[in-house]
Amino acid sequence: MEPINILTSTAVPLPLPNIDTDQIIPKQFLKRIERTGYGDFLFFDWRYDLDTPDHVEERKDFVLNKPEYKSAEILIAEKNFGCGSSREHAAWALQQYGFRAVIAPTFADIFFSNAGKNGMILCRLSEDEVKTLLERSTANPEHKITINLEAQTVTDEQGFNAKFEIDPFRKYCLLNGLDDIGLTLRHVKSLDKFEDKHNKEFWSAPKTATA
Amino acid sequence: MSKAPQSAPKTLFEKVWQQHVVAEPEGEPTILYIDLHLVHEVTSPQAFEGLRMAGRKLRRSDRHIATVDHNVPTTSAYDRLHIVDQISATQVNTLRKNCADFGVEFFDVQDASQGIVHMIGPELGATKPGMTIVCGDSHTSTHGAFGALAFGIGTSEVEHVMATQTLPQSKPKTFRITVDGELPFGVTAKDIILDIIGKIGTDGATGHVIEYAGSAICALSMEGRMTICNMSIEAGARAGMIAPDETTFAYLNGRRFSPTGAAWNEAVAHWKALPTDEGAVFDRELHIDAATLAPAVTWGTSPGMTTTIDAKVPTLEDARSEADRKSFARAYEYMDLKPGTPMEEIKIDTVFLGSCTNGRIEDLRAAAAVIKGHHIATKIRAMVVPGSQAVKHQAEKEGLDTIFKSAGFEWREPGCSMCLGMNPDILQPGERCASTSNRNFEGRQGRGGRTHLVSPEMAAAAAITGHFTDIRKWKQAEGAKR
Ligand code: SF4
Repeated sequence: MEPINILTSTAVPLPLPNIDTDQIIPKQFLKRIERTGYGDFLFFDWRYDLDTPDHVEERKDFVLNKPEYKSAEILIAEKNFGCGSSREHAAWALQQYGFRAVIAPTFADIFFSNAGKNGMILCRLSEDEVKTLLERSTANPEHKITINLEAQTVTDEQGFNAKFEIDPFRKYCLLNGLDDIGLTLRHVKSLDKFEDKHNKEFWSAPKTATA
Repeated sequence: MSKAPQSAPKTLFEKVWQQHVVAEPEGEPTILYIDLHLVHEVTSPQAFEGLRMAGRKLRRSDRHIATVDHNVPTTSAYDRLHIVDQISATQVNTLRKNCADFGVEFFDVQDASQGIVHMIGPELGATKPGMTIVCGDSHTSTHGAFGALAFGIGTSEVEHVMATQTLPQSKPKTFRITVDGELPFGVTAKDIILDIIGKIGTDGATGHVIEYAGSAICALSMEGRMTICNMSIEAGARAGMIAPDETTFAYLNGRRFSPTGAAWNEAVAHWKALPTDEGAVFDRELHIDAATLAPAVTWGTSPGMTTTIDAKVPTLEDARSEADRKSFARAYEYMDLKPGTPMEEIKIDTVFLGSCTNGRIEDLRAAAAVIKGHHIATKIRAMVVPGSQAVKHQAEKEGLDTIFKSAGFEWREPGCSMCLGMNPDILQPGERCASTSNRNFEGRQGRGGRTHLVSPEMAAAAAITGHFTDIRKWKQAEGAKR
């Protein structure tokens, strides 16, 4: 995982609440067994004209397809972003498309965790703050936003300045690009000890009897 | 007189949580032990690959169970063994190979225990009270019906569980929803949970574990409890739980992976200590009077867009916020519905009976009782997809398949099927479906498809009349005829 701290970029405004993971990456792409190559399928049903052969024609009216938003690394949306299924493909698609951060008033739990494990910053700001940023990025695609993870702030050149909350451990992992498995294995002694005791509690074993 | 409590009263969730704490490192999430990990073909390949790349093994291969459900065709046994879609076939074959390589017990397409992953855990007796259970699938919340702490995870976490049998977790908050009283005639578990989601919204329980309690919940069968816990995620909850009781023990007794003899008695003694203590405090509470409930139908593109069969498609004035108004407007267009249309006037094209929400034997029995002696309306396409091989066999033993087939339903092989349409079972653009599944998102059952979530009885009645029908009137009319 790539460490991340300060991100300055233009942003794509997607002013909709409850954007679910089925929209972020539709199910037909979940059949793949690879971990990469999902960026092209991000928001597939919204992004492409599905009536054209092979669905390759981009819909010009969809914000992601507007040339002025192509290089943005921040996505801004309304409340409950990432609700629905647990597919980590949604985080992979956003990240592989080029997004490194999402700003919204609230996020669904599983998506929040998945995004963090893929090195993305998710900033929870108030509805009003998000509204301001949505308006500025809509009015001016060149509008730049700076996210400072260390300071936990979101700022812009027009004086916008908001704080966001983040769990200190998650922040530490993002700043240092740490992978969770390695971190957990620091506790392998406690784990061995726990498991010894826990093994004797047969109700905890999924397979205690075989027919 | 009872003894003074030794410690503060605890909730069911807190007890299960505490019994699984491996370590609580300062300033970091708790390391939680995971008793059971369920595996399916869609969210596991990248995790197995990650293990291979890091040269890691499964810490405890006996704590994983795998099956195939999302991708498998439901048309015939032959089609399941010869999957035409090459990408789906590769995914299924990859799971076969991964399970063999890593020593995971695998229930393949034709195995008598195959089925939707959330069906087979309980059926095998692998799901038990007091356990921690995870799966790379959001509807893992289903298993909470047994008093287990069960939640969906992403693929990175799947890999984490495989390597360490633990997960770093921050402690969620608790939310008790108490449903007291007797359920009115024609109202089911599905209607309870749809009503709850309608009330609190699709993000109403974000960050919380819900415990469902109250006399209406206790009176439910295990099937009904699973339906409720299954859709907890649709309210944004991390998990849903119901305290284990005699109904739970009766269900588990004699299952393949249930303890036997003295071990069974000891297990039951442990399980009996799990329910929430008198006086335990929850972060939030909600009370619902069962008598106020009516059969539910969703009208829009999120499970929170729910109303009752005797109501109308809500108008913009009914929206609670600016954001809701925007979603409503979008939903009218996608669903091709006018605000103010009575729900009973909405005509349907397709009926889907199945999924991990309502693909259980009790669901099929309830639907069969409605359609017995009737035929589906002209131009309607209706299918029953049992959630598992076990359900399919049981239903066939009871002759339910004959009832469905003579009413014009297709009788299919087990799998996820049209719940999400990863296999060939999909809606065509513009088709309107009465579905017993759990999600009505745009395109969920096929691009441009329009999904209305209902109970199995309501789906059955709609199949016969061709439009949404109040099951309460239907049942009364039926009763009068006989
Ligand atoms: S039946 Fe539907 S919700 Fe359940 S596991 Fe399968 S796809 Fe997911």
